[in-house]
Amino acid sequence: MASLRTHFRSFAQAPRRFYSGAPTPAAKLNLPVDYKTTPILHHTSSSLSNTEYPAGATSKRLNLYQAINSALRTALSKSDRTIVFGEDVGFGGVFRCTMDLQTEFGSDRVFNTPLTEQGIAGFAIGAAVEGMKPIAEIQFADYVFPAFDQIVNEAAKFRYREGGTGINAGGLVIRMPCGAVGHGALYHSQSPESLFAHIPGLRVVMPRSPAQAKGLLLSSIFEHNDPVVFMEPKILYRAAVEYVPNEYYTIPLSKAEVIKPGKDLTIISYGQPLYLCSSAISAIEKAMPGVNVELIDLRTIYPWDRQTVIDSVKKTGRAIVVHESMVNYGVGAEVASTIQESAFLRLEAPVKRVAGWSTHTGLSYEQFILPDVARIYDAIKQTLEY
Amino acid sequence: MPATIRAKFLPFGARRPTFIRSLRVEQRGFAQAANPGSIPAENDAPFTIPIAEESFRTYNFDPPPYSVETTKNQLKQLYRDMTTIRRMELAADQLYKERKIRGFCHLSTGQEAVAVGIEHAISKEDKLITAYRSHGFTYMRGGTIRSIIGELLGRRDGIAHGKGGSMHMYSKSFFGGNGIVGANVPLGAGIAFSQQYDETGNVTINLYGDGAANQGQVHESFNMAKLWNLPVMFGCENNKYGMGTSAERASAMTEYYKRGHYIPGLRVDGMDVLAVMAAVKHGRDFVKKGNGPLVYEYVTYRFAGHSMSDPGIAYRTREEMRKNRANDPLTYLKTRLVDWGIMTEDETKAIEKEVKRIIKDEVEHAQQMPAPEARLDVLFEDIYAPGSEPAQRRGRTVDETWY
Repeated sequence: MASLRTHFRSFAQAPRRFYSGAPTPAAKLNLPVDYKTTPILHHTSSSLSNTEYPAGATSKRLNLYQAINSALRTALSKSDRTIVFGEDVGFGGVFRCTMDLQTEFGSDRVFNTPLTEQGIAGFAIGAAVEGMKPIAEIQFADYVFPAFDQIVNEAAKFRYREGGTGINAGGLVIRMPCGAVGHGALYHSQSPESLFAHIPGLRVVMPRSPAQAKGLLLSSIFEHNDPVVFMEPKILYRAAVEYVPNEYYTIPLSKAEVIKPGKDLTIISYGQPLYLCSSAISAIEKAMPGVNVELIDLRTIYPWDRQTVIDSVKKTGRAIVVHESMVNYGVGAEVASTIQESAFLRLEAPVKRVAGWSTHTGLSYEQFILPDVARIYDAIKQTLEY
Repeated sequence: MPATIRAKFLPFGARRPTFIRSLRVEQRGFAQAANPGSIPAENDAPFTIPIAEESFRTYNFDPPPYSVETTKNQLKQLYRDMTTIRRMELAADQLYKERKIRGFCHLSTGQEAVAVGIEHAISKEDKLITAYRSHGFTYMRGGTIRSIIGELLGRRDGIAHGKGGSMHMYSKSFFGGNGIVGANVPLGAGIAFSQQYDETGNVTINLYGDGAANQGQVHESFNMAKLWNLPVMFGCENNKYGMGTSAERASAMTEYYKRGHYIPGLRVDGMDVLAVMAAVKHGRDFVKKGNGPLVYEYVTYRFAGHSMSDPGIAYRTREEMRKNRANDPLTYLKTRLVDWGIMTEDETKAIEKEVKRIIKDEVEHAQQMPAPEARLDVLFEDIYAPGSEPAQRRGRTVDETWY
């Protein structure tokens, strides 16, 4: 007991980081993401032009919540079948994604719901099967579980079970903020995408940036007649700022994007960890001259773009999958397995997964559980030197 | 009613043998309607039929008028519809016992008056959504007998291409049976919202069972419906048992028509098709006027077990079942129709015979339907919007075929 007490005393005396995101003075890799310079974001409006964004469009610097707001406004203006609802969305929502929409479009089209996730999802599905385009907001992805039954058993199966009537839940989008911010703890940190990605009939989307989010969200609402689970990494709501086209545009679902080409190794990721991957890639390319790493954003987690991933791995021969949600039965398992099935003879090293550890996100433990730049860097090094 | 029609009415009542009525009163023990005053000779001339006062119990709601306007044709159609559902369910029962229908199959024998009474009170533009005891509703909403039986048999030409089976059948304005207890109820609220938004002036009939009434999402839907004043008529089909548990053992409060608290309610004798029709007509008018939702309770009785694997005798006494079978909604209607001179015994027998023949024929056709082909495009169809399906099948990618 005495030794334990001593231990506690030394623990208390030594200054230690708890859940602060501040780096230790000695940190070389795990530095905060510099969203002002990261190559993931479009820091100038001209950099939008050589991509899938509309040519010659005017654009504006927006963060992620403003981009979502812009997409919702565009959708509400484009079709009066579009309705937006969820807990507190009338006031703008806790993350301000629905700011001013009620004033602009009226409370029959933008409205608050009771705290009733299962009801929200079922209600949205009912409206969708009657031909509306309901955009339902679940306040946090952590709260979606009461609605899981409705999403899995109703939305996903509607088209399959309807016989000859042609009714389906297409046009339905269920938006939810997901992921950790450093202090969300058990119920404001989760990323349940793999639970939804297990369900045929759903499309599961997670954008990496404001401009991506707008195009993918509009595509989910108007271009795809399937129910979509749209997950927004909430840490990016304010942190990620880039030029976003002002007008209507869509980015195809189920299509991955090579955001940095390379020849030696492929990293497959989506959402916020792409920024960590980008930092790790810069560091490794500096430390190992000549190495060139390819970075792919899946964007749609299910049904996912196998072709782009497999083509890349056939070229590089090495692959790492990075995601924030837990490693067990996660997206990484599916991607790694598909790679070994389809590119086995081209592989120079085992496919690695860098993901959240299989535990809950305790308040002061988030930084130990989630993938960070050092873990990704280490995985790249190991895979290259295998 | 125009005087010209009224003038054609014949006095009625003298022919009725009094012993039939007293026997029925003893058997039913619920409500006993009076006889109609006079009945026109023409089959399509409207007249009113009284509804017994005991048929309704209200909750913050004015009762429906204790009479309903109908015609002889409609009364005969009510009988034909109820007989068809009864016979179709018995055919399904038989096919199940022959091991031709497999899996889940929930029969609605004993509850026919609810499906038939509702359909005769609403229009095809009104929407209806229900739970898993859905064969009767599917038929009433326009599903053919052969497509329903074909579905139960898992055939490609079944109403849901053999994919749904007993619980999942859809037709125009009918959003199906649903396998998850209570899960259809918020959907019904959403459908009603869409009607309100589009100002269609129609209503949604949103049905669930006494077991489902205890599901949280039913209450979530009540709240949303009242909050937004949706044109929805919730309807609890209280057949007294949630699977094998009696309502009293599952519900702290079994007056399901009061379960909406802030929503007006009505308990209806669900064994009297005319009471159901009168109640739904009244409720539909109320809802259409923009008065917001209603919570109805149709008191009925499930003659069969919960599903085919439940003989339905372990948790009910023989005496209780005998008493309720004596209160058969089909017999109750038939006795009255004969009693009132709407149909003769022979005419009812002729309808039964014809229905039996049609069912036999339809079942035969259903059994001839081919089973779904074991093809990849069949296996993966209707999961994503046609044309946007992912390019892989069962973990394979298209590029694999390139080398």
